[in-house]
Amino acid sequence: MEFKKIKAPLTEDVIAGLKTGDEVLISGTIYTARDEAHRRLTALIFENKPLPFDIKGQIIYYVGPSPAKPGEVIGSAGPTTSYRMDKYAPVLMEYGLKGMIGKGKRSIEVKDAVKKYKAVYFGAIGGAGALIAKSIKSSKVIAYEELLSEAIRELTVEDFPAVVVNDIFGGDLYDEGKSKFAGKFK
Amino acid sequence: MKIITYNQISNAVIDLIAHAASNLPEDVAESLGNSLNIEISESGKSVLNKIIKNAEIAKNENKPLCQDTGLAVFFVEIGSDVRIEGGTITESINEGTRRGYEAGYLRKSTCDPLTRKNIGDNTPAIIHYEFVSGDKLKISYAAKGGGSENMSRIKMMKPSDGIKGIIDFAVETMEIAGPNPCPPNIIGIGIGGNFERSAVIAKKALFRNIGTINPDKELAEIEKTIYKKVNNIGTGPMGFGGVCTVLAVHIIKEPCHIASMPAAVNIECHSHRHGEIIL
Repeated sequence: MEFKKIKAPLTEDVIAGLKTGDEVLISGTIYTARDEAHRRLTALIFENKPLPFDIKGQIIYYVGPSPAKPGEVIGSAGPTTSYRMDKYAPVLMEYGLKGMIGKGKRSIEVKDAVKKYKAVYFGAIGGAGALIAKSIKSSKVIAYEELLSEAIRELTVEDFPAVVVNDIFGGDLYDEGKSKFAGKFK
Repeated sequence: MKIITYNQISNAVIDLIAHAASNLPEDVAESLGNSLNIEISESGKSVLNKIIKNAEIAKNENKPLCQDTGLAVFFVEIGSDVRIEGGTITESINEGTRRGYEAGYLRKSTCDPLTRKNIGDNTPAIIHYEFVSGDKLKISYAAKGGGSENMSRIKMMKPSDGIKGIIDFAVETMEIAGPNPCPPNIIGIGIGGNFERSAVIAKKALFRNIGTINPDKELAEIEKTIYKKVNNIGTGPMGFGGVCTVLAVHIIKEPCHIASMPAAVNIECHSHRHGEIIL
């Protein structure tokens, strides 16, 4: 299998070269956020207040890691299910968010926003948190520490493994994969 | 009368939690290995290999298999000749949960349902008790993740819906779930009882080891039918397409009201962390 190595934050050129089904290895800086952090980020946008980090070009990883043991960078750190962030994702893309990493299906609104704002949705392997943690080289809480595992963290990643699920061309890996293998079990 | 102490129980719970977090049970590991021979999709095989690799890393580094270390779910069988001293069994299981999740650096995932404020110690555990004969205390534990739980469904079906209705409901539930509950999944189905009982027996069905055959021949046939139909949906490992969407289907049935046919479908992820201890 061939991997595309890409850098975070993302540029429009890189996003334009990504197609549904591409396996990627992401290196650079990404941010973590789940349900409550998303609610707070969008509330800040509606109140015209600054966000805790510059969201332009960034990737948000939907993850609530387990606690790091002494000497570890991070605990187990696989993706959580993305649809819970569907309500908030389009407005974040409108304000410059370029990438999301999670698992599971997105709403029509999110897929439309991915096309409209030229962003990308990556799928990571749920339940592979120990494996994925190996690609995380540093982790720092930058906002909402009281949310514990749900705080916003800035992560430095190296060759973080993911697959392009929704691209700017309207592709959807879940739909394509399913129709290819429906009825094929012997 | 056999005396079992509060501390014995909480210590047993700590051990169960610590072991389950980073050691994939043998039945699950074997089933995932077998699924590599069944899967025909390249991306599906790639996912399965990564899941197997993840289990190796988790075991070797004593790291949680998944960051979602679950709500702590227990099925407890209390023998009639057992006497518990030093506190209640519920308190001792909760203390074991609190200390086990803290000591193991496991994620604390319980929160207030409305304010969403984290409770901070992963309590309360969800505990189901059964009173049996004998002088043993059996504690079965599962670390139940939220992603697969969220895709589970319950339906108060009509008696006229029959077996076909139940099969269709289970398959439809897995169609709707798609990639969300981290396939390949294990499906626990509870048929009968009443509204809440069907859900409890669906959860209990997940505790049966993969690869064991349902002693009820009719249920075994229904399990086989659902297994085939779900693996023909096309979802595959992590939903990237494939024929390994489910590793096992386990059914428990109980008598129900003459007017009802409750059915509950409890979905479990491939990181099926469960274990038991007998005191």
